[in-house]
Amino acid sequence: MMQGSTIIFYLLAAMSLVFGLLSVTTRQIFRAAIYLLFTLIGIAGLYFWMDYQFIAAVQVVVYVGGIVVLILFSIFLTNQAGEKLPRGKTVRKIFSALAVFCAFALVISQVFEADLTETSGSPAPTVARIGKKMLDTGQGGYALPFEVISILLLAAMVGCIVIALKTKL
Amino acid sequence: MIEPGLYHVLFISSALFFIGTYGFLTRRNLITMLMSLELILNSVNLNFVAFNKWLWPGKLDGLFFALFVIAIAAAEAAVAIAIIINLYRTHQSIDVEKTEEMKN
Repeated sequence: MMQGSTIIFYLLAAMSLVFGLLSVTTRQIFRAAIYLLFTLIGIAGLYFWMDYQFIAAVQVVVYVGGIVVLILFSIFLTNQAGEKLPRGKTVRKIFSALAVFCAFALVISQVFEADLTETSGSPAPTVARIGKKMLDTGQGGYALPFEVISILLLAAMVGCIVIALKTKL
Repeated sequence: MIEPGLYHVLFISSALFFIGTYGFLTRRNLITMLMSLELILNSVNLNFVAFNKWLWPGKLDGLFFALFVIAIAAAEAAVAIAIIINLYRTHQSIDVEKTEEMKN
């Protein structure tokens, strides 16, 4: 008898992989963005399945709500939503698939050879613990990286405005 | 089918990584290349969270790395899309084969 959580795991995994594959092979760019959306939702579901609710919520808010919408806007702004992408060179596709498959086989063989001992028993991290750790200035705290990330986001925002400006400064 | 654990998640994340790599190698449109890049970054995040859950469950470092990767990916996507829109304005195309010079 298979458990419900096992079935959900395999469904989410299949959803992420199938839509990811469709996203990189479809010739309609708008459909590629929508398939990417479903892949990201599948990954968020995997985070939920692993009991990491906070990172799942961040994934939904930032990726599904932010980046995919940004990509869809840029597809519309570059005015090519209806057109099909030109067919790529077959030689390039064959050699890319071959190289990727060999690398995948190598990585998977190494992963299954590695002796990773799973430890369990500790409960999933609560949001309170995450928040305390994020603003902790002591040993192993993440206050400094947090501040650096906020500076980086500010710099990226200013940079975007300068790049996309019509009249040059 | 057995109970899914660390190895299952590692298999999924490496498969996603190489799907993204395949897209990055074969696509010639900047927006679709950006999408492949997002797939690659997501597979890395999945790895970080899985290692956090199954190898060091008492710590939070994997989770924080994943959070920071998401933040940097958002900044990177925003900058990349600004560059793409600027490129479209000057070249009327976002195909990497057709945009050979940086300045026109």
